[in-house]
Amino acid sequence: MSSKLAKIEKRTAYLLILPSVFLVFSIILFPIFSNIWISFKNVELKDLRIPEPRAKKLVKSIKDNPNQIKIIYKLRNSSLTQEITNVKFKDKYPNNIEPTNLDKRCLFKSNLLKCELGNWPKKYRENLEIVFQNTKNKEILKNEIKSYKPKLSGKSQNILLTYEFTLNNFKKVINDKAFIDLLSTTFYYTFFGTIGAIVFGILAAQMVNQKFFGRTFMRSVLLFPYVAPVVALAYTWELLLDPTSGTLNNLLINYQIIDGPINLLGQKYVTLNILGFDFKLRLALTTVIIFEIWRYFPLAFLFILARLQAVPKELYEAADVDGANPIQKFLNITLPQILAVISILFMIRFIWNFNKFEDIFLLTGGASGTRTLPINVYQQGFSIGDIGMGSAVSIVIVVFLLIFMFIYFKLLGKRADEN
Amino acid sequence: MKIKNIFTYCFISSLFLFSLICIWKILVTLQGIELANFNFNKLFTFGIVLCLINLLIGKKLNLNIKITILALLFSIFDYFISINLPIWYSFGIFLISLFFFNNIKDYDKNFLSKNHSSQKLFFNFLTLFGITLFSFVILFPFYMMLITSFKTQALLLLNPLDFSINFARGLPELFKSYFVVFKDYNFGRYMLTSTIVSLGTVIITLIFAIPAAYAVARLNFFGKNFLSTSILIIYLFPAIVLVIPLYTIFSQLGLRNSIEGLLIVYTATTLPVAIYMLQGYFKSIPKELEEAGIIDGQNWLGIIFKIILPLSLPAISSVALYVFMIAWNEFLFSLMFLDRPNTFTLSRAIQFLNVGAETPRQYLMAGSVVVTLPILIIFVYFEKYLVSGLTAGSVKG
Repeated sequence: MSSKLAKIEKRTAYLLILPSVFLVFSIILFPIFSNIWISFKNVELKDLRIPEPRAKKLVKSIKDNPNQIKIIYKLRNSSLTQEITNVKFKDKYPNNIEPTNLDKRCLFKSNLLKCELGNWPKKYRENLEIVFQNTKNKEILKNEIKSYKPKLSGKSQNILLTYEFTLNNFKKVINDKAFIDLLSTTFYYTFFGTIGAIVFGILAAQMVNQKFFGRTFMRSVLLFPYVAPVVALAYTWELLLDPTSGTLNNLLINYQIIDGPINLLGQKYVTLNILGFDFKLRLALTTVIIFEIWRYFPLAFLFILARLQAVPKELYEAADVDGANPIQKFLNITLPQILAVISILFMIRFIWNFNKFEDIFLLTGGASGTRTLPINVYQQGFSIGDIGMGSAVSIVIVVFLLIFMFIYFKLLGKRADEN
Repeated sequence: MKIKNIFTYCFISSLFLFSLICIWKILVTLQGIELANFNFNKLFTFGIVLCLINLLIGKKLNLNIKITILALLFSIFDYFISINLPIWYSFGIFLISLFFFNNIKDYDKNFLSKNHSSQKLFFNFLTLFGITLFSFVILFPFYMMLITSFKTQALLLLNPLDFSINFARGLPELFKSYFVVFKDYNFGRYMLTSTIVSLGTVIITLIFAIPAAYAVARLNFFGKNFLSTSILIIYLFPAIVLVIPLYTIFSQLGLRNSIEGLLIVYTATTLPVAIYMLQGYFKSIPKELEEAGIIDGQNWLGIIFKIILPLSLPAISSVALYVFMIAWNEFLFSLMFLDRPNTFTLSRAIQFLNVGAETPRQYLMAGSVVVTLPILIIFVYFEKYLVSGLTAGSVKG
């Protein structure tokens, strides 16, 4: 009896999870694996269109002969690169007409015309002309003839399904001179974006954790940048930082802090003179990182605040008795308590910043030294149009991602053991 | 009482007061008023004098009267050294100094003779200053977005630092950009598409996720542990690695430029987190309730609909709001999949406006306000639910 119940339970469970599993598999897992397939192929954006046989139907009356009518089919292969094999043609006509000059490839049977047009090489074009004769004494209606649309079918090779593979994409990715630069930009962006977000998150959480007027409102406000749509925020920042009419530059010039406008999003390097040494700072990248920090510190803030509110008050009271100063309290009580949250937060944010696409894309489009791996996927795949290359870069991202995930789950497991 | 402590107290307090005044002055400049300078020397010295007076009076006077008098003194002083400014400017100064003296009213000789008093003082001010600065830095871009949308091209070019709203122009003039955006740029249609896509994603996600989450939370089956760990792993895969294969597949299936295509992708990408969040909540519902249901002769569907769903409404609302937010804000897939203007979502439409070269920026900002406002209103109104959604789903971002 119980085994029967268990069986029913199992069956119900599978029934309940099947739709979700199927959807996630086909939209997330399957694409990740097909990335591997595509990355070994030489596919370009223009190859994605499946070649189609097409026909344009023109109906022309013949001068001095109202009993005959000429129909011209302008046939063509839509693809400029691939051939179509075994093209078949089908069309229908009104009952009162019959063809007079039938092509050898065609067959007319009770107002249906069927043709076997064979193989069409790439860029193929042909005009098929047929003259029709009126058989019954009814008028030939041009519009009726036009209302039937010819149907064509043919087989073509789908470039994605062939078994031709190449290693060229990966060779190109690895041998690219800019690859090292690409990686270092990505890591620079990811690392400083993550650290910055966490540092500001801790600061904000420390502040909001004290009692003051308007605290709940403050908590909402701090989350605004994270909740609002990235498109709106990125464009607002772009206007804010604009070199000619942006608020920031005008403000700084107004107070004579800088002499001339600085193109914060369009200038690759800026030379800073600190203590007599010249530093080259990657300006656009730094600006993008600041945007990143501005947008994502709320998340760190949310996590750390939740943890801070769980720290027992007695610890601080004991520290007061011992005469500890605020800095000592922070270093010896608060920091150890939130360290676990910070380490997990760091990993999560690191993984997500590593894959961040929208922010940079909208702010700079990857120009002036802000090209990261995800931006490169887009540029290779859609700006240059080399789908195979784009996939190969995606694979590089996935490999890094798997490494980070491994570390993350190790860390998570360790935390679980400790508790 | 140490002289050192008094010195740091005066110095830090006055500096803090001056920074607050500075922020106010910058805000005032943005309202189109020209300020000659910040008067650092005079204001700072006078601040120190007032802080000392505050210390000397201590608690001999009613505290409210004390802070009012001190604030008045400061505002009058500021009024005389900065000439020709409107009255609301001085009123602002008065409010700020009121706020400031309210914060230092409790400090007297006794407090300063305690241990670490200067450090405590410093951190108190740092917190206050931090809160002001953080609010300013966060809210300013939003404020700018709103103000720019109320301007005309000419006004924007005339003075880029003028952030005031001139109500004398009349409401139809003020909201002109919004009329243009809705009428000429078809934003009504995009808004409808965005709403349909977001609500559709929420509904479909819930329909798929609730049964699956229930199965993972309650039923025993082979591969359950594997499934619940893979949910998290799948969730960590970003959209950017899915984009190329999905683009190729969708182009060949003809699913690009269709709302159905977007719905499928959004649902699939939000499903893992929805299942993850819901199953956690389902596990917290006592099993006895379901057992009672089984005894009453309910089948699995009956249990889900009559027992689990009503009990987990809070969790379902957080999931729904979170998914709505993701779908409404989503940009990458809408950029890839939509290239015909009649299928655009709001985010994609704004990006299209920006790429389309010569779009005046007040229209761009009006569009940005249109896409931002609904989500912020929803967030403020349902904050409790959304915050728990954000916390649970924050592995993604």
